[in-house]
Amino acid sequence: MKTICRTAKLYLHYVSINVRCMMEYKTSFLLTAIGQFLVSFNVFLGIFFMFQRFSTVEGFTYSEVLLCFSIILLEFALAEMVARGFDTFSGMVRSGDFDRILVRPQSEIVQVLGSRFELTRIGRMIQAVVMFVYGILKSGITWDFRKICTVVFMLAGGTTVFSALFLIYAALCFFTLDGLEFMNVFTDGAREFGKYPIGIYGRKILLFTTFVIPYALIQYYPLLYILGKRSSALYMFLPLAACWFLIPAVLLWKFGVRHYRSSGS
Amino acid sequence: MITMEHVCKSYRIAKRNAGFREACKALFHREYEVIHALNDVSFTIGDGEMVGYIGPNGAGKSSTIKILSGILTPDSGTVLVDGRVPCKDRIRHVREIGVVFGQRSQLWWDVPVIDSFELLKDIYSIPDHQYRQSLEELTELLSLAELLRSPARQLSLGQRMRCEIAASLLHQPRILFLDEPTIGLDAVSKLAVRDFILRQNQTHGTTVILTTHDMQDIESLTRRILLIGRGQILMDGTLDDIRTGSGSIDEAIADLYRSYQI
Repeated sequence: MKTICRTAKLYLHYVSINVRCMMEYKTSFLLTAIGQFLVSFNVFLGIFFMFQRFSTVEGFTYSEVLLCFSIILLEFALAEMVARGFDTFSGMVRSGDFDRILVRPQSEIVQVLGSRFELTRIGRMIQAVVMFVYGILKSGITWDFRKICTVVFMLAGGTTVFSALFLIYAALCFFTLDGLEFMNVFTDGAREFGKYPIGIYGRKILLFTTFVIPYALIQYYPLLYILGKRSSALYMFLPLAACWFLIPAVLLWKFGVRHYRSSGS
Repeated sequence: MITMEHVCKSYRIAKRNAGFREACKALFHREYEVIHALNDVSFTIGDGEMVGYIGPNGAGKSSTIKILSGILTPDSGTVLVDGRVPCKDRIRHVREIGVVFGQRSQLWWDVPVIDSFELLKDIYSIPDHQYRQSLEELTELLSLAELLRSPARQLSLGQRMRCEIAASLLHQPRILFLDEPTIGLDAVSKLAVRDFILRQNQTHGTTVILTTHDMQDIESLTRRILLIGRGQILMDGTLDDIRTGSGSIDEAIADLYRSYQI
């Protein structure tokens, strides 16, 4: 417990130093944050205009899709803010800066996370929070304790799954030395997919996202529970079960670290 | 106490000729060459010793430092540093060592140096009083007082190197690895850095392993010299063993390299 506290404190210290660095370049910071805000706002407009023409998608109404989207967006924004350090990790491996991380007595993951904390994602974050509140208000759901818990579980599970995807993305850099753009299919792509409940994409996709990348566990099934389409309590806890995905991600990372060959002199 | 016994390390390096066509060809078929960076290297370094580790470029100096600091895993052989295997016991090992890579910075570019130091305090979990004491001592010996409040990007190379060295010593390591610490420094900064390393070794008994191409570094700092070439230890002796006749130390070293054909 003490080590967790200390790690958390260290991480916050990293965050604070990142913020101090970013404040040196304030115009860049503001413009990027505004840009991020506008990009996610676009996605929202896409959904909005589509529902001007169709009133339901596979039995989901506008307000239900909106709720689904807003939750996913918030999860993604949280994961991105925390774990985007992994995104620039390929540069760290290529330049050999990872050496420095290995000669410090802290876990590599914490240090890489701390090396880059994307405060500019705060634009997307604000957008996500606004959408989240809007989605909740619009959903017309009678909230009870269990449903609120489910939403919290979804946020926790979703952030974990997205972070795990970022971690896998970084771990692959140990082998390829460069970022793999196709991984974005699973990260950014998953967010785009996630605008609509996974179930509408058909059975195969649903199976894939249940058992391979546990994406439906954090989105589709708990959503059904919240919307009152299913009543089994199992659906409520599925998002937490999705955290298993972190295990192969961490294992792959550890394997990658052993595989690391430094560069340069 | 550092011991390396029969350590080997090899890399696979992709080779191709110049030109775009060759680059395309290399996408499908790549020729590799195996480089034996270290080939059966053995030596022992006692506590409090100061050792100069020399050899031409690409001889395996950096690979040795990286293996000793736990960054790389050797292909075969045993490495023990104070009873620890560096690559297996990484976290416990790196608490006791300090590493300065002359060509790479560990300071945060955009914030005052003191901010980087504060972060290191948390990374190494240095207790408050110990941190204050180290910082005071290092500030005085390396004359950092004026520098600590400027961002690292605005320091000159010499100023930055002094800060880098301080950053690697805040946690009072027992072993210090210096990889070309005086590279690109002017005369004044070089003298300051050398003077400091010597004092650190004498007052704290820190074991120092120094790689450099600057023979004056070796001359003023170390008594023992390890010469490495083509991945093998060629000589383990003192400066007097190398010096022949009245030539300058650089000439003596060049002669030595030539005689070993490295």
